[in-house]
Amino acid sequence: MSNSFRSQRVSLSLILLFGFLVIGSVIAAETDPWLRPDAAPAPPENQLTPARVQLGQLLFFDPRLSRKSTMSCASCHNPALGWSDGLPTAVGFEMHTLPRATPTIVNTSFNSIQMWDGRKSTLEDQATGPIEAAGEMNLPLPELIERLKSIPGYASKFEAAYPGMGITAVTVARGLASFERTVLSTESPFDRWRKGDEKAVSASAKHGFELFQDKAKCAVCHMGYNFTDNGFHNIGLKEEGTPDVGRFAQRPLKSMHGAFKTPTLRDIGLTAPYMRNGSYKTLMEVVEHYDRGGDDKTNLDINMVPLSLTASEKADLVAFLESLTGVPADVRVPALPH
Amino acid sequence: MISRSISAIRLSLMAVLLAVAMPALAGDQTVGQAKKAFTVGVLKAKVGDTITFRNDDEFAHNVFSLSDVQSFDLGSYKKGEVRTVKLTKPGTIEVECAIHPEMKMKIEVTK
Repeated sequence: MSNSFRSQRVSLSLILLFGFLVIGSVIAAETDPWLRPDAAPAPPENQLTPARVQLGQLLFFDPRLSRKSTMSCASCHNPALGWSDGLPTAVGFEMHTLPRATPTIVNTSFNSIQMWDGRKSTLEDQATGPIEAAGEMNLPLPELIERLKSIPGYASKFEAAYPGMGITAVTVARGLASFERTVLSTESPFDRWRKGDEKAVSASAKHGFELFQDKAKCAVCHMGYNFTDNGFHNIGLKEEGTPDVGRFAQRPLKSMHGAFKTPTLRDIGLTAPYMRNGSYKTLMEVVEHYDRGGDDKTNLDINMVPLSLTASEKADLVAFLESLTGVPADVRVPALPH
Repeated sequence: MISRSISAIRLSLMAVLLAVAMPALAGDQTVGQAKKAFTVGVLKAKVGDTITFRNDDEFAHNVFSLSDVQSFDLGSYKKGEVRTVKLTKPGTIEVECAIHPEMKMKIEVTK
């Protein structure tokens, strides 16, 4: 066998090997249930276009969508704070503290149900809820529409996004939903590890992921690429004052009393404090809560049991959770129409 | 001797067949809950039938209906456990899992 022929065979083998590795990693990324799809799903009547996203971004950052023109959607869903607000619970109209934490809107476009209590089913349904809620932005939708119509710069933006549909509650909701569909988690160390980079996360985080799925039972609710089952659970948080009934207000069933929607864990390093009432400042406190099997045992979800985790295992779980946070994307705050 | 053995086998076989067939004759049906979905989308049944829901997932499920025809809350239960409901009125009953709202099915009940 000549040297050149042997060299050609080696090259061919290397090319084939490289090809198999590339194809293998692509297939792995497409089939790995822990890796999120590239784009969020959108309904047929509101497919994403650049004009719709741009309109939604303007509306999202515009404080004129609130009664006193002091709050925008971004006041609570602040991109500099993981698209949340860094507070235990939200602050609404005239600085009144609200009973529930502001959920991040990262990847909320993948959720099959919206809000802590699931009272909205789609992003379009949800988008105008906080605008007209008395405790939040407190601006009735008819007033909002009149206000937007009085701003000349908005007419062309609405026309470009939704030709012939005008400025209505429907087009406002669709625009906001379109922008929210672009608020996605960035590639985290966990994602890079799943795609084959063994050095992307520590051995502690890898063990934490095993515990997450097995002994610690986290994946019973925090399942799949968005780390949520889109389900409702009472996890036994301590509460002062009148208990928040949660999902029970929508579904008057015993098991739903005190149950709330499972939040995503994506970018969790950016969204402290944690839980729907903001009761824990650190991820270790969260892990300790689950290790105790919850505190308030009244109507506790039957998946909740004491876990008997060791100190080392708790640290591993925290290391894993931290690996779910990517480098936040830079967000441009737009100049608003006049 | 051989014919007696064959008769005994026949009788045993008939007994087994009857045992298998009886629940169906009595109108009992089972719906599984697997991979966060009911195993049946639309179930046809009759008034008086008993429907059994069986959790085949690793995590808890629930079954309820708030339908006008018949409402019930069978609570939450773990893998391998079952809950039953007896159908009392004709009509369409929408059934859901309270924990996982994506899980939905219907029971079409006739007289």
